[in-house]
Amino acid sequence: MLELINICKTFNKGTVNEKQALNGLSLKLNEGDFTTIIGGNGAGKSTMLNAISGVWPVDEGQILIDGEDITKLPEYKRAKFLGRVFQDPMTGTAATMSINENMALANRRGKRRTLRPGNPAHERKFFKEQVARLGLGLEDRMTSKVGLLSGGQRQAITLLMSTLKKPRLLLLDEHTAALDPKTAAKVLELTKEMVEEQNLTALMVTHNMKDAIHLGNRLIMMHEGRIIYDVSGEEKKNLKVEDLLRKFEEVSGEEFANDRMMLAK
Amino acid sequence: MVSLVNALPGAVAQGLIWGIMAIGVYLTYRVLDIADLTVDGSLGTGGAVCIMLMLTGHNVWVSLLGAIAAGMLAGFVTGILHTFMGIPAILAGILTQLGLYSINLKTMGKSNQAINVDNYKLLISLRFVKGVSIYKNTIFVVALITIVLIALLYWFFGTELGSSMRATGCNPNMSRAQGINTNFNIVLGLMLSNGLVALSGALLCQYQGFADINMGRGAIVIGLAAVIIGQAVFGKIFRNFALKLLGVAFGSIIYYLVLQLVIWMGIDTDLLKLLSAVVVAIFLSVPTMKSRYFSKGGK
Repeated sequence: MLELINICKTFNKGTVNEKQALNGLSLKLNEGDFTTIIGGNGAGKSTMLNAISGVWPVDEGQILIDGEDITKLPEYKRAKFLGRVFQDPMTGTAATMSINENMALANRRGKRRTLRPGNPAHERKFFKEQVARLGLGLEDRMTSKVGLLSGGQRQAITLLMSTLKKPRLLLLDEHTAALDPKTAAKVLELTKEMVEEQNLTALMVTHNMKDAIHLGNRLIMMHEGRIIYDVSGEEKKNLKVEDLLRKFEEVSGEEFANDRMMLAK
Repeated sequence: MVSLVNALPGAVAQGLIWGIMAIGVYLTYRVLDIADLTVDGSLGTGGAVCIMLMLTGHNVWVSLLGAIAAGMLAGFVTGILHTFMGIPAILAGILTQLGLYSINLKTMGKSNQAINVDNYKLLISLRFVKGVSIYKNTIFVVALITIVLIALLYWFFGTELGSSMRATGCNPNMSRAQGINTNFNIVLGLMLSNGLVALSGALLCQYQGFADINMGRGAIVIGLAAVIIGQAVFGKIFRNFALKLLGVAFGSIIYYLVLQLVIWMGIDTDLLKLLSAVVVAIFLSVPTMKSRYFSKGGK
């Protein structure tokens, strides 16, 4: 369903800060794949998700969704295919707008914004039911400004918003990294529920190797803007953190004292 | 004292007229989170277009619409400079504003144009502030226009498009992720804002009986002052969007009443702009000062 063909992206070309972030990246996702992505700092994990979302144009390569070439499509037009949750809990919601209003915005993802009411009363019952499913008690605060909520609550709302209209592909960019362990576990649990319930195709970047192994049916490891390891099915289920660390050293051929710290646990 | 009291209705009328501009400033500064300096030019554009249309025999309503259209075009230019050409918003506004100086001059043919209230059917005038029937009274007319505008804006910002515009100003990344065309919204917002500013300019030139090339100088500061005063005075009680806009209009009236007061107290009028700048600078710095020097909890 998603196909990345030979994607290249270099930042700050021609300066001392030149950084080849994606280096001939290719990936083909199957319908219903829940893929976790791991890799050291600067491996290109988030860059890949940003390339798919169209945050900036790629230098080379093609991005296809269901066979449709979206490489040249601006970010806002790609949104109709994509649900996105970001690392920073502040990024996914509009702080000065209420939970209701945020949900209403998400409920119109991929549709033209008209002069019809932006947050009509008949939708609110549905939103409330959806928010109640989070189990955070937020259903009684539907008119509260999202800016008043905690990071974890905002991330849960963002997750809900990203799946409110079923996306073709759900992109999760280390969406639990900025949360405390307990909240992170809760958000991860919700993620799993939502993906399973709607049978979503999803890409999840994580620094947590255990999560990467336990969640989803496929795991890819990135290094220097490329995929260096791709495992799925039974083989993935039997993976251990040590296997991944060994694999990383073996394929990248590098010491990674710093990366080990990032990857471990 | 009598002179002060006599001057008050005029101050209220002026405050109301500038209040429409301040609502325009509110849309960019607060809703879109852009400091748009186009207004210093587009206010004059509104005045120039309105007065020239009237002098060439057009009806007052047609002239007002012409002024609004001209203002929207100015906003459109700033929007395109900012979004599609990637020029920072402040600079884009300055460029448009500078360009408009020439355009306003060419529109009027000279640096000011007068219009005589006796020969033309003006909607408002400083002659209509006292001693006329209520329906003709400038304060009543402008207040009515302001209320209609606030109602329209309240409706618009409740629509899908209006909500997406609020989201654009609040969080552009999230907006794009939700499929909102943020560039389109920014351009549209700047057009709306400058349309209102030009309308204010058109009303102002009728009120004072002339349009002047310098009439928009410092308009952005007056607009910001009104927005800030409105928020400071009514922020606690006016939470609804329509009421916030009303607060801005009131803020503008307060600004002109205070201005009238300091003039009455005998301040050198050459210093008025400096005074405005200092007052706005102080108010704009309050949030930073508060968090930096008066916060109670560490950090």
